[in-house]
Amino acid sequence: MATQVVMPKLSPTMEEGQLARWLKKEGDKVSMGEPLAEIDTDKATMEMQALSNGVLRKILINEGESAPLGQPIAIIGEPDEDISELLKTASTPKPEKAAQAPKSMPESDAATPVEVEPQEAEAPEATQPISSDGQKSRTDGRFLISPIAARMASEAGIDFKTVQGSGPGGRIVKRDIESAIGDQKKTAATKPAVGRISIPRPAREGVVYGPSAYRDEPVSEMRRTIARRLVTSLGPVPHFFLTIEIDMERAADMRHSLNELYPDLKLSINDLIIKVVAVSLIQHPEVNASFQDKTIRYYEHADIGVAVATENGLITPVVRAAELKPITEVATEVRALAERARARKLKPEEYTGATFSISNLGMFGIEEFTAVINPPEGGILAVGAMARKPVVREDRIEIRQTMRVTMSCDHRVIDGATGARFLQTFKQIMENPVYLFLDQ
Amino acid sequence: MSSQPTERNTRPKNSPAGSAGVLDRPEEPAAQLDEDRDTLVKVFHQMLLLRRFEEKCAESYSLGKIGGFCHLYIGQEAVGVGAISVLRPDDYVLTSYREHGQAIAKGISPEAVMAELYGKAGGCSRGKGGSMHLFDADVNFLGGHAIVGGQIPLATGVAFACKYKETDQVTLCFFGEAAVNQGAFHESLNMAQLWKLPCIYICENNMYGMGTSLERAMSSQNVASKACAYELASESVDGMDVLKMREATRRAIKRAREESSPTLIEARTYRYMGHSMSDPGKYRTRAEIEKYQERDPIKVFTKTLKDNGILSDSEIAEIEAQVKEEVERAVRFADESPLPDPKELYTDIYANPIN
Amino acid sequence: MPVMTMRDALNLALKEELARDSSVFLMGEEVAEYQGAYKVTRGLLQEFGPKRVIDTPITELGFAGLGVGAAMAGLRPIIEFMTFNFSILATDQIINSAAKMRYMSGGQFKIPIVFRGPGGSAYQVSSQHSQALESWYAYFPGLKVVMPSTPADAKGLLKSSIRDDDPVIFIEQERMYGMKGEVSEDADFTIPLGVAEVKREGTDATIIARSLMVPIALQAAEQLEKEGISCEVIDPRTIRPFDINTIVESVKKTNRAVVAEESHPFASVGAEISAEIAEHAFDYLDAPVKRISGADVPMPYAKNLEQLAIPDVARIVAAVKEVSYV
Repeated sequence: MATQVVMPKLSPTMEEGQLARWLKKEGDKVSMGEPLAEIDTDKATMEMQALSNGVLRKILINEGESAPLGQPIAIIGEPDEDISELLKTASTPKPEKAAQAPKSMPESDAATPVEVEPQEAEAPEATQPISSDGQKSRTDGRFLISPIAARMASEAGIDFKTVQGSGPGGRIVKRDIESAIGDQKKTAATKPAVGRISIPRPAREGVVYGPSAYRDEPVSEMRRTIARRLVTSLGPVPHFFLTIEIDMERAADMRHSLNELYPDLKLSINDLIIKVVAVSLIQHPEVNASFQDKTIRYYEHADIGVAVATENGLITPVVRAAELKPITEVATEVRALAERARARKLKPEEYTGATFSISNLGMFGIEEFTAVINPPEGGILAVGAMARKPVVREDRIEIRQTMRVTMSCDHRVIDGATGARFLQTFKQIMENPVYLFLDQ
Repeated sequence: MSSQPTERNTRPKNSPAGSAGVLDRPEEPAAQLDEDRDTLVKVFHQMLLLRRFEEKCAESYSLGKIGGFCHLYIGQEAVGVGAISVLRPDDYVLTSYREHGQAIAKGISPEAVMAELYGKAGGCSRGKGGSMHLFDADVNFLGGHAIVGGQIPLATGVAFACKYKETDQVTLCFFGEAAVNQGAFHESLNMAQLWKLPCIYICENNMYGMGTSLERAMSSQNVASKACAYELASESVDGMDVLKMREATRRAIKRAREESSPTLIEARTYRYMGHSMSDPGKYRTRAEIEKYQERDPIKVFTKTLKDNGILSDSEIAEIEAQVKEEVERAVRFADESPLPDPKELYTDIYANPIN
Repeated sequence: MPVMTMRDALNLALKEELARDSSVFLMGEEVAEYQGAYKVTRGLLQEFGPKRVIDTPITELGFAGLGVGAAMAGLRPIIEFMTFNFSILATDQIINSAAKMRYMSGGQFKIPIVFRGPGGSAYQVSSQHSQALESWYAYFPGLKVVMPSTPADAKGLLKSSIRDDDPVIFIEQERMYGMKGEVSEDADFTIPLGVAEVKREGTDATIIARSLMVPIALQAAEQLEKEGISCEVIDPRTIRPFDINTIVESVKKTNRAVVAEESHPFASVGAEISAEIAEHAFDYLDAPVKRISGADVPMPYAKNLEQLAIPDVARIVAAVKEVSYV
């Protein structure tokens, strides 16, 4: 019977081994005890011996490649034996953890009538290719997770994509989330103050987005009272304003780098701001919302209105689902929209129905200003000029590029703290825009 | 002995093909007209009503007001009216899917029948049964049943219940001659005679099971003789003669009510229309139909009534006018009756619903 | 409470209901003189006479239809099939007449009839006498389907079925007639139709079993308990209408479900239960619902093959472990 040859443990501390040299080639006869390959461990180069008789049917890793302990690296069998099953399972790396997982059936199960009801220990999904990053449960971009595990993860705020599944085919099951919740509690103290940021997965190319989908939720009694009183005080859209200063060094660097890569793109800081606002809105859906008298409408996508000054006045073309679009696409789209705006060629659906707007007067050297909300949007971000300024960093005065933004909020939907948290996320990403490129 | 076969079912076993029809019967003496005038007029009125009602159904069907299957009774009126007219109101009737006429004869109003055919809430089955499933518990009309022969064991059970409860009600069960080939027929006749149940089985032999003629479907075409195997009383009757139907049914009722004993009556008749409205009738000739129409039950009975001075032409015209108005009234009622409430979809499934 | 066999519990139920209501009568093959092919009707002829306890010819379609007609005319028939395998001959009357009469008459008739008899596998009676037909009958609106798993349930459920105004298919398991248990002798003791019972409480996995599979599931639960897996065993008792709530509540707690049934797997009651769990408890599942069914083959005669065709403790244990990922 054919057997898999796995990466052996050749030193007490060895976790993976690199295949230095195969001493047999596919098709060679091997007998038990015969040297098969040389393996570089963390300590030395060791000879690895065959543990069965037969023919070296298949070499699974090439010379120079590494494999964790227990991963199949070759198959030994009879010359004409069908090894397709072994090949399939061999493509699943078997990290040590899986080996420690509770073993399957006790002896008594061997007596069960397998002809009648084959045990599906090797579920079909177990044979699917698995990405090399060691996330077992991820197959072809899909995650295997049981419904209860998914729900528990979401309730506990755990990103299940970071959890190793212990079920069949790496399915994440209840106990995996339970142990992740345990871990989360342990590490809670060391977590950064700012919440985890998850960047929406980029859209597929060529997808055209219409106005964002939304859900309406009834306005609570309390919120109705807040709305009524604020309107009495401040007019139909009761604004309030929040200002924050952003360190723009990295953003400027990134813009510079991107423009080096894509000289035709002419990426502006504003393009970057649009993208970051969109991503931040998705993190804070309560800001991506509008007051609808009896309900509050929460939008699924961030459709960003970008104020453009034209000879005839202000117009705000809309970048739909900006959170899903790569920064390069945002830049291209804004450019096209602005040109069409100045040529007065925008169609109504291109400049209505934004969920949030951005107004940038930085190019005029305006350091800081307040913008007026375009109803029924819940807010607008007024962006000032980027300027080199002395700032205190780690108790030293440094010259840094900074930028001040002021968000106008519709107080009927957005409360002070809500807006502040949104700006906090915005600042966090803006000051470290590499977040945008983290694929989860 | 009532349980013995009567003389009439001793026809030669292998009668020539096509000889089982009503036209092949030997000349018989005319039925006695010893009924009172009111009864005869009522019977005539009802036969005419059934004929006009069915003609209206054909029209409504072609207008799309009646859906599904629609099996008409035209030509067979003497059987249903004759048999049912001698029942007591508390006697039971169960029948097949060709039952509009029998339902009206048993006392369901033409309005309720037409509304049922229209699928309306005012129908006798509240729009849930349709043409093949007319029911009215109030007049002991226990349904049209649409699986050939399915009503025969049911009727046997109703008769069983009457005997069990020691009432003297009888149960009349109609079915076509094609049902005679079903096991249900034979199983029922066996039980009925074994347990002496007050059930009257009336086979309406109209010569065709859908498009298949009797001689193509039955090895021995003498339906009445099927009773011999179970030692059941039986007779074969001219089903185009309403008076003979009344006489034969009376004999069977007496046997059922007084001796709690079943009877099989073969009523030889003919349907003029197709099996259903969607039947092109290619399996028989126009000439054959016309031959039978000479013996049309309404025509025959009209002549008898006129010859005996019971009805004049003007009186007949008056009855025609009444019948026309009754049918019009039924159509108006059906038209005006509302559709069943959508909530009705989920009612009447269980008598004791759970959850 | 006295201990008695399921056979005697059923007999007691019949006796009490025949005594309680003169419109109840019992009809079937060998129910009277012979005292019942399985002795369920023992003594009833002697007690109630030939009017109420009636031997029939072998004419299943006929007496099933007769029963429905009698029910339409106000009686409460109990129709015994010597085994449910023979009910196949009567399905026209059960399905086309009993199940639909109330609906197609616009609610004018009730059909208070019980069709009862043994079903499922027996001991080496081969293909035509070893069939679990509950999914057939449960398919039809208008019918109720009941399957007891203990003597007490048998008595309480049969009495409720006889008193119910709708047609009830009451399937007894042929192998279980000799099973013993405590049964109330109270003539008013009944068990409502449509209510599942938790036969054993547990926290880690829910086993849904009916009829013969209930004692087998309980044995499996016993064995799993020793291995640290706590199983809840639920017997729906009534297949239609089905008490899905009790099962959903259990699955919400255990996150895992195994359905054990004697019938063939395709379009079975277990398939329906699985679908219902997926529909109503999807967000609580930690593993796909696992079904353990009878083999998808006609029942073989040879003893060893027959054993392989019927789910046993080991298969249920393995299934529970599979859904528990151990």
